[in-house]
Amino acid sequence: MAKIRIKDYLRETTLIQSRLVVASIIVVLLLSSLLVRLYYLQVEQHSHYATLSRENRLSFVAIPPARGHIYDRNGIVVAENLPTYTLEVIPDNVTDMEEAVDRVARLIELTDVDMIRFQEALKARPGFEIRTLKSGLTDEEVARFAVNQHLFNGFQINARLQRHYPHGEEMVHVVGYVGRISEDDLSQIDKNAYRGMDYIGKLGIEAYYERTLMGQAGYEQVETNAHGRVVRTLNRVSPVAGKDLHLNVDLNLQQAAREYLGEFQGSVIAVEPKTGAVLAFVSNPAYNPNPFVNGIDTESYKLLREDVGRPLLNRALHGRYAPGSTVKPIMALAGLEHQRSPGHKVFGRGWFSLPGSRHRYRCWKKEGHGWMNMHDAIVQSCDVYFYTLANGLGISRLHEFLTRFGLGKQTGIDLVGEPSGLVPSEGWKREARGEPWWPGETVIAGIGQGYTLVTPLQLAMVTATIANRGERNKPQIVQAVSDSGSDTKQFLGKQNLEQVSIRNQGFYKLIDKAMVDVMHGKRGTARRSGLGAEYQIAGKTGTAQVIGIKQGATYNEKNIAKRFRDHALFVAYAPVDDPKIAVAVIAENGGGGSRTAAPIARKVMDYYLIGPPPPEEEVEDTKKDAA
Amino acid sequence: MLRNSIQHLDPPLLSSLILLSGLSLVVLYSSGGEDPDLLLKQGIRIFVGFIILFAVAQLSPQTLLRWSPYIFSIGLILLSMVLLVGIVGKGAQRWLNLGLFRFQPAEIMKLGVPMMVAWVLTRNPLPLRWQDLFVVILIVAGPTVLVILQPDLGTALLIAAAGVLAIFLAGIGWRWIAVLTVAIGAAAPMLWTMLHDYQRRRVLTLFDPWSDPLGAGYHSIQSIIAVGSGGVNGKGWLNGSQSHLEFIPERSTDFIFAVFSEEFGFVGAALLIGLYVFIVGRGLYISFYAQDTFSRLIGGALSLTFFFYVFVNIGMVSGILPVVGVPLPLVSYGGTSMVTLMAGFGMLMSIHTHRKLMPQ
Repeated sequence: MAKIRIKDYLRETTLIQSRLVVASIIVVLLLSSLLVRLYYLQVEQHSHYATLSRENRLSFVAIPPARGHIYDRNGIVVAENLPTYTLEVIPDNVTDMEEAVDRVARLIELTDVDMIRFQEALKARPGFEIRTLKSGLTDEEVARFAVNQHLFNGFQINARLQRHYPHGEEMVHVVGYVGRISEDDLSQIDKNAYRGMDYIGKLGIEAYYERTLMGQAGYEQVETNAHGRVVRTLNRVSPVAGKDLHLNVDLNLQQAAREYLGEFQGSVIAVEPKTGAVLAFVSNPAYNPNPFVNGIDTESYKLLREDVGRPLLNRALHGRYAPGSTVKPIMALAGLEHQRSPGHKVFGRGWFSLPGSRHRYRCWKKEGHGWMNMHDAIVQSCDVYFYTLANGLGISRLHEFLTRFGLGKQTGIDLVGEPSGLVPSEGWKREARGEPWWPGETVIAGIGQGYTLVTPLQLAMVTATIANRGERNKPQIVQAVSDSGSDTKQFLGKQNLEQVSIRNQGFYKLIDKAMVDVMHGKRGTARRSGLGAEYQIAGKTGTAQVIGIKQGATYNEKNIAKRFRDHALFVAYAPVDDPKIAVAVIAENGGGGSRTAAPIARKVMDYYLIGPPPPEEEVEDTKKDAA
Repeated sequence: MLRNSIQHLDPPLLSSLILLSGLSLVVLYSSGGEDPDLLLKQGIRIFVGFIILFAVAQLSPQTLLRWSPYIFSIGLILLSMVLLVGIVGKGAQRWLNLGLFRFQPAEIMKLGVPMMVAWVLTRNPLPLRWQDLFVVILIVAGPTVLVILQPDLGTALLIAAAGVLAIFLAGIGWRWIAVLTVAIGAAAPMLWTMLHDYQRRRVLTLFDPWSDPLGAGYHSIQSIIAVGSGGVNGKGWLNGSQSHLEFIPERSTDFIFAVFSEEFGFVGAALLIGLYVFIVGRGLYISFYAQDTFSRLIGGALSLTFFFYVFVNIGMVSGILPVVGVPLPLVSYGGTSMVTLMAGFGMLMSIHTHRKLMPQ
């Protein structure tokens, strides 16, 4: 130590005491600032924070409504809500999600799909919102979990309603299905209207009538704690259940038609001509919609998507086919409209050539039909007659006339995503292909080949229009709407479309007669299918080429792989004097229309007009017949 | 030495401490969901606290002075042990398990650091020289860093405050204060990098709690809402919706003032602050009239630290300071800080009641 300093007690005392005074002043200042802050919060801003505090604890809990049921024509339920137990989680209330889920997995079987879906759900929404870990718990799983509930903070088992389709595969192409609301859906819907709801109609009637079926969410005003747990209910507005739908479709007829179509890919559509009511709407193959409700697993979805039969494709609605010879009755009408005499004869010699060209447009009957008038040409489906007719009328008139019947336009059915089909014209070809129209293309349009594309539904509606003498109706799957649980149906009624304008209503009689002879005449192409009918049928067969046949080559079914075989088409309505049903059948790769498609249509009509066949009925004779 | 031990208790201080403890039980009954077990536990702690207060008050300031280096050394050793055990155990470690009971060595330092600073400063005449300043800065910084490493920011802050306040009272020149302020300002960025992410977020959300209302800002926002919604007269005892519906986190410990202000309003909060002012004022008064330098320094430092607790806690709850883990002294639920605080008040009483016994 350099020097010893003497302690100066007095100096030390005053020094520390002065510092204590300074400190006291600082203390007073700081305390004042606290008081000012508290005054600001509690007195000045009190009402603001009082409101925040109220909002904090009051919240609205949406109560999902029950979705409307869907019934078939006879009141058989085809879409219903079944109670199911779901295991749900509020992620914010779980400290270690991974560990907790591991423990859950010991009590309840969790599949990979459940896990993936759950992981996605975790990311999608904020942590205080509830989400499903697994739905469709068994009673045993519910019991096992309930006993251990106290070990799983944040998890709860809830009873929910889940959409179920008891006749899934039979009705999927009509009814469609609901699925969980996706990100895409969210951007298109009013989120408020869907509060508390998990599902939305994705396809079919479920999608088209979403607003009718969904109902209106109710809510409860509740007091919650910080964990969102409801402490008490203050106010409740009950949800309004969605309305029930009653379909025109007859489930029994639908099932029968599907059975008659059998292994064929294709579709069967039956409508009531007078009203446009859709009685059967079959697309084969189909699939079970029930797994889609909670999201199908990728493996199963992949199988469906890669299936060569393309079961996911709704052929009845989206399938587009060349109409083939089924278009001939309308071609004939077009001729009549444009002053062609029904008695005028054309010599069918097996082929047709344009003047100055060597290209031969062949008739399906190699040796030719000989002299044909309009009636015979329809009955025997003479291609050469219609080549000549079409060539004479020209594509513009054909286009205009086919359009009058609603071809190339949506029918307006109550299903989403209907295509318009295609009736070609010069203008269309220039625009779509950038090419001029060739005369030869008019020739083949005369027998429904080339660019013309129709959907099975359009085919059925055109047939109904002929049966109706030109009166056109919108096809309707849904017949009526009723309040949930009420028997009072509100019928939607038929919706008329623009009547087909035609010079002389009498022309239809000629067409009728010819189409009746297709079924019942000696030379009718579908006479085997008309045999023994208790009522009169008007029909027309058709064959749509899948591959072109080279000049000089012959079409030989046996040498062609099945998927390149011709599509079999058939349209009909019955009874002729008072049409009650119009049918369109397309059997893909079925070969000729008369052989495969016509018998199916006959059975459908029998079923509808007479009743279900006796159990042990002999299978119809389906020997090879002219198309 | 003593004819009557009551003489070593200071009635004004004692009665205000009893009042505060009573208030603590009242608020805890509400914040703890009317749980009698919680009250019983806190009651036992308060009782133990007063016994310790009583015991410490019996020790003369001279004894405390003599013990200072030992208390500090023991505290330093235990802190290092905690850290080592923590390193071995791979995780935050604040507790030392002594077999029979667990305890937090950092708490010793809340007393140990100001005592050691006062001890060093009493050895040489004041105002302190720069060599002494260097030593006392080390005395403060060492334990503070060890506690930050635990990591326990709140306690580290209180330890540092206790030491710094003692240095301030020792009459460190204003020029030094300016230099130190600048130095701390310069060290702040370095300290910032040492902080854990969650600690940084807390500081940042102070400036804008609404930037992350469900994350880091949640505590602040809910606590401010609770305070503000209390209004002038409060929502009434047991009627605080923010606390009873569990919106306020840590409502029995660090955020108990939010519960109190929600239920008793501005009037209640002002009265509570008034009670604290009285306790701090009494402590400063005792220090002012203390008879030796050590007593003045340690008394002043402890009183001001106590105030620092109150200020930081209420500042945090009312949203003008970041959320750091500092309890509201003697009101928050919890045992260890209670013991240290009561020992501190025991020292103050000892300082005041041993005056007459000392030779003038």
